[in-house]
Amino acid sequence: MDYIEKGKELRRDIIKMLHIAKSGHPGGSLSELEILIALYYEVMNIDPKNPTKEDRDLFVLSKGHACPGLYAVLADVGYFPKDDLWTLRKAESKLQGHPDSHKTLGIDVNSGSLGQGASVAVGLAIGAKRKGLGQKVYCLLGDGECQEGLVWEAAMAASHYKLDNLTFILDNNGLQIDGRNDEVMSLLNIKDKFSAFGFKTFEVDGHNVSEIVKALKENVYNQPKFILAHTVKGKGISFMENNVGWHGKAPNDEEYELAMKELM
Amino acid sequence: MSKAIRVAYGETLAKLGHENDKIVVLDADLSGATQTKFFKKEFPDRFYNIGIAEENLMGVAAGLAYQGFIPFASTFAVFGTGRAFEIIRNQIAYVNLNVKLALTHSGISVGEDGGSHQSIEDIALMRSLPNMTIVVPCDAIETEKAVRAAANFAGPVYLRLARPAVDDVTSDNTEFKIGKANVLKDGNDACIIACGLMVGKALDAAKKLSESGIDTAVINMHTIKPLDKETILKYNSKCKVIVTAEEHTIIGGLGSAVAETIAGTNGTKFAMVGIEDKFGHSGNPDKLFEEYGLTTDNIIKKVKENL
Repeated sequence: MDYIEKGKELRRDIIKMLHIAKSGHPGGSLSELEILIALYYEVMNIDPKNPTKEDRDLFVLSKGHACPGLYAVLADVGYFPKDDLWTLRKAESKLQGHPDSHKTLGIDVNSGSLGQGASVAVGLAIGAKRKGLGQKVYCLLGDGECQEGLVWEAAMAASHYKLDNLTFILDNNGLQIDGRNDEVMSLLNIKDKFSAFGFKTFEVDGHNVSEIVKALKENVYNQPKFILAHTVKGKGISFMENNVGWHGKAPNDEEYELAMKELM
Repeated sequence: MSKAIRVAYGETLAKLGHENDKIVVLDADLSGATQTKFFKKEFPDRFYNIGIAEENLMGVAAGLAYQGFIPFASTFAVFGTGRAFEIIRNQIAYVNLNVKLALTHSGISVGEDGGSHQSIEDIALMRSLPNMTIVVPCDAIETEKAVRAAANFAGPVYLRLARPAVDDVTSDNTEFKIGKANVLKDGNDACIIACGLMVGKALDAAKKLSESGIDTAVINMHTIKPLDKETILKYNSKCKVIVTAEEHTIIGGLGSAVAETIAGTNGTKFAMVGIEDKFGHSGNPDKLFEEYGLTTDNIIKKVKENL
């Protein structure tokens, strides 16, 4: 598959759904997209026609506010019709402002309150070991999210229980609502931190699908995996890139036209 | 007989492990105190110590519930319901996951550890969450039934389990059904609605009141949510006064739940015995119960004042 073209198509879906919803989070949805493409098109054992199959791999979008990116992917791989995307955040919609496993096919875990997805992912991975069906668990974290203490409680447990079926991926776009991570609350060397917590660490260009896939497919033994994915917040739309103002704001009509033109 | 509610919890859990292989147990470095140690000994590979990390305790329990297991998560009530509140809210109650919050050392009966460890607000916290069921057993016999019922119940359940030994006030034959109050003694003048360690004191109070000519009913309201409103309204119609008794702040607990139920119905007098908007402090539990008015005499006084 041509992932450059796929990336443009899904970015158009993201921008369109946010434009119609008049709210939502474009920056993180655009930065995480290639990570989701790698997972859903190349790596995960899933079947959108049988979305609850027992042995499926599980994905937790711990940075739940970036769900427009995930919704675009889920619709594209066939969990629900693409037209559902245009109902985002509306009262009658299956697509909540933050992921809801009861409402949306393909969403394995509720998220939105930061740090909690990491903890639930540890429980999923322990459960996967107990079930013995070979399920793998993938959890996508935001960099600002790593300021939550619960992430580190979860990380400690992940290595204590030797969860080699669990991968944390960090969408490291460097920005959070109030500004750069470095200004708000420094993460310093985040890879070293996860390494010190017992993870086998990898580092990739978070917009290079084949690099991400390669890291995701690396086997680890008796320890969890951490992938530091360097990304650009607002990736793909020039005026949104690296602009903290686009964390949680929908494009107006003019911005929508400009963005769609760039994504052609 | 007299046995600690938390011990009955630990023993029952270990028995249940043999009957239901979906049950897994999580603790936060307090397995000796919460009594999950019995399960841990019996099923070491189904016991997960999460360390001193109560938020993660609840998050990991949620993950196991998503995978189809029945996790019992145990720590002290003050840390479980307080520190981990928002994880319970968003990952357990909001999702309606099948997690059992079996939290011990509730109330001021924790005693000597003092105010920092005495959860007086946990029922109020859990009551405020949609989908949450709350059960407060009154003795060891009822605890075994409550733990079994929680394991067989689909959805989140908060089991509020007290620390000290308590005399049995129910028997093996007493029926236990989540959401259905037990009328331990009938009466037509006054009605005492109690839960947990206050049920025994309510029975003592009713006995003395009845001896002095005030025919007093006692209801063991072991399930605070969903509340058995039918039984409350029945006694609200026939009795002249209702007094609630709980080892919890009077703000948001059993008393509040009963008040919400009877407000605006008729002229029945109503009073609450509970902790009156104060924190606890270190001391012998019996002495603390005296100081905070959690006594038979105080229940009698509230009944008489309102008749």
